[in-house]
Amino acid sequence: MSGTEVLRGPAGGSPIDLGPGRDVVPPRGYATGHGRGGPASKRVVVGYGFWVFLLSDIVMFATLFAAYAVLADQTAGGPHSQQLFHPGSVAVETACLLLSSFACGMATLAAQRRNQLWTQIALLVTGLLGAAFLLFEVREFMSLVGRGDGPTRSAFLSAFFTLVGCHGLHVTAGLLWLGTMMAQFFAKGFRQEIRHRFLCFSLFWHTLDIIWVAIFNLVYLVGTTPYV
Amino acid sequence: MSEYHHDGGDIPPGFEASGSIAAEVRTYLYGLALAVVLTLASFWAAQTHLIYGPGVPVAIAVFAVAQMGVHLVFFLHITTAPDNTNNALALAFGILIAGLIVFGSLWIMDHLNHNLMPMQPPV
Repeated sequence: MSGTEVLRGPAGGSPIDLGPGRDVVPPRGYATGHGRGGPASKRVVVGYGFWVFLLSDIVMFATLFAAYAVLADQTAGGPHSQQLFHPGSVAVETACLLLSSFACGMATLAAQRRNQLWTQIALLVTGLLGAAFLLFEVREFMSLVGRGDGPTRSAFLSAFFTLVGCHGLHVTAGLLWLGTMMAQFFAKGFRQEIRHRFLCFSLFWHTLDIIWVAIFNLVYLVGTTPYV
Repeated sequence: MSEYHHDGGDIPPGFEASGSIAAEVRTYLYGLALAVVLTLASFWAAQTHLIYGPGVPVAIAVFAVAQMGVHLVFFLHITTAPDNTNNALALAFGILIAGLIVFGSLWIMDHLNHNLMPMQPPV
């Protein structure tokens, strides 16, 4: 133990007291998020705060997954998941959303480099693939409801429509947000607060893809195996 | 990014510390390739007869967890590096709560189903 250590900030500001008993110097100066050095920049605060919100969203989806898992066998004499789900359309939806997430990553890279053309192109591709995903999902829901297997048919179908429909609503909200981001990048340019908003949007979009990974695996694929 | 110099060792989720465009595009391409492979593996496991039947849902769940990890690392850039400590800790807490909710619900409801007497259908 070397007792009290004194560090200087990277900008050559006032010395920072690491306190007694702190004999490990943090790498690369000091890390604000670790309790020293004053408030973090808005980018870190905004990104971290939105990340915490997204985790709460994931917890909400966990409750819907739990409800679905508990109710999956309660079909009230209606159709089972094996009779309803077809891997074909799910594969197309999965491809749309995965490529959309990738295009969103490309938009992030273009926006970091303040390239208007490529940012707009990548965001347009992101949005079109997201809209294609929604189209396939709405068609599946329409065909289920049209055959009388809507959310009122059984507890299993109530839980299914709640879980998958809630994800679809998130994608719909994301598409509106994406259109807003395209307009703001176009009209206001790559200002700092616009880029912070876009950081939040890209986190939101990637997280929706993660939730879809859980849905297509645990609801659709496990639901079509005869072993459950 | 000189405007952020006073952040020291912290970056928000969704950011990569590296610089060149080629390296960053390559990261996303690796992520995409891994995600495609794991997706195909899931669809294969759901249809194959090569895996012992009751193990199929377990295999699909393993592929799902692996793919979610790939998305977290390659798309959301959540790592265990020192600049990501806060993001990784928040994620760990989220996973804990989600796990408690899902497995706790299944466990409790399974016990309730065991303890209930078989019901007579209404006449």
